[in-house]
Amino acid sequence: MHVLHVVAGVLGILAEIKGSVSMIGYGLSAIGPGIGIGIMVGKTVEGQARQPEMAARLQTTMILGIAFTDVLALIGFVGLFIAG
Amino acid sequence: MSQLSGTLAALVPAIVAAPRKGFEIPPTNEIFHGKCIIGSGTLCLNRTSILLFLVFAVLAVLLIAATARPRLVPSGAQNLVESIYDFIRRDIVIGVIGPEGERYSAYLVSLFLFVFLASLLEVIPGIQFPVTSRMALPAVLAIMSWLIYNFAGIKAKGLGGYLKGIMFPPGVPKPLYLIVTPIEFAAALILRPFTLAIRLFANFFAGHLLLVVAFVGSAYLFLGNPATKAFFVLTLVGGIAGVGLEIFIAAVQAYVFALLTAAYIRLATVEEH
Repeated sequence: MHVLHVVAGVLGILAEIKGSVSMIGYGLSAIGPGIGIGIMVGKTVEGQARQPEMAARLQTTMILGIAFTDVLALIGFVGLFIAG
Repeated sequence: MSQLSGTLAALVPAIVAAPRKGFEIPPTNEIFHGKCIIGSGTLCLNRTSILLFLVFAVLAVLLIAATARPRLVPSGAQNLVESIYDFIRRDIVIGVIGPEGERYSAYLVSLFLFVFLASLLEVIPGIQFPVTSRMALPAVLAIMSWLIYNFAGIKAKGLGGYLKGIMFPPGVPKPLYLIVTPIEFAAALILRPFTLAIRLFANFFAGHLLLVVAFVGSAYLFLGNPATKAFFVLTLVGGIAGVGLEIFIAAVQAYVFALLTAAYIRLATVEEH
């Protein structure tokens, strides 16, 4: 009963939200790439510390991986403006 | 003090200086809208296309002037252009595609320089509008890269071999091809050019909006309510830091665009084992 009360309250608050709800969508779409890029850069630094002679190649691969990952957040950003 | 405010008010656009109740950012279609300057209708030249021709002209003059009379020991402009060419060739062409990718280095270097200069317009005083923040230019560049890596793949493996390489990656259990094949097909032929264009566009769209918000906000805080006058320094410093960030992003995005094109060429032409 208590849970239903909370859910009803949250739904009531959500119904009251004014303005751009797609802003929340952009925030959600930024979570995944944030975590992904963090893990990727951390692992690359680990690899560079273990094998400094591989540093340049690891860096190129890291930038490639970041480019693949961060496009998700950018699509979210564009979606924010398309949805208005 | 009020005289200084008056002088400043004459310098900033009316949309910023006009007194208003609250802080408002002009809508995005107003920031990015191009009014016709030469001609009319859908084929007119607006600010964006004039800036595009400007980038083209500057790049052409710079490159031709730098390499018109090549010398064995380079100096000045030739030195600059050669070091950029060498950087792209060593880092991207040899590093990603390998020695057989030498024929693409001219395209990749032009791509890098063009994207970099077109994006750098964002922070050049008096212009301050990145051409890449309109979807048309990134889309055309992505289509060009798409055509080039597809032609490279078809040339290297034949049409059948190329499509087989895309759609049936080796080492996958047979039943899984039901799922893998459509995903790989869409990823290689539709999502790659799409994300290539979106990445460049969204970065400079966001960057330009960031700088507009920072500087419009500074002007509002300085010219609006006297109580907020002291706080304009914060947004101004933030905006100036944003300019530095945008120069860095322009270089990184140009590098990434060339790097990804090279990676796609590599993926299209590499022999499966």
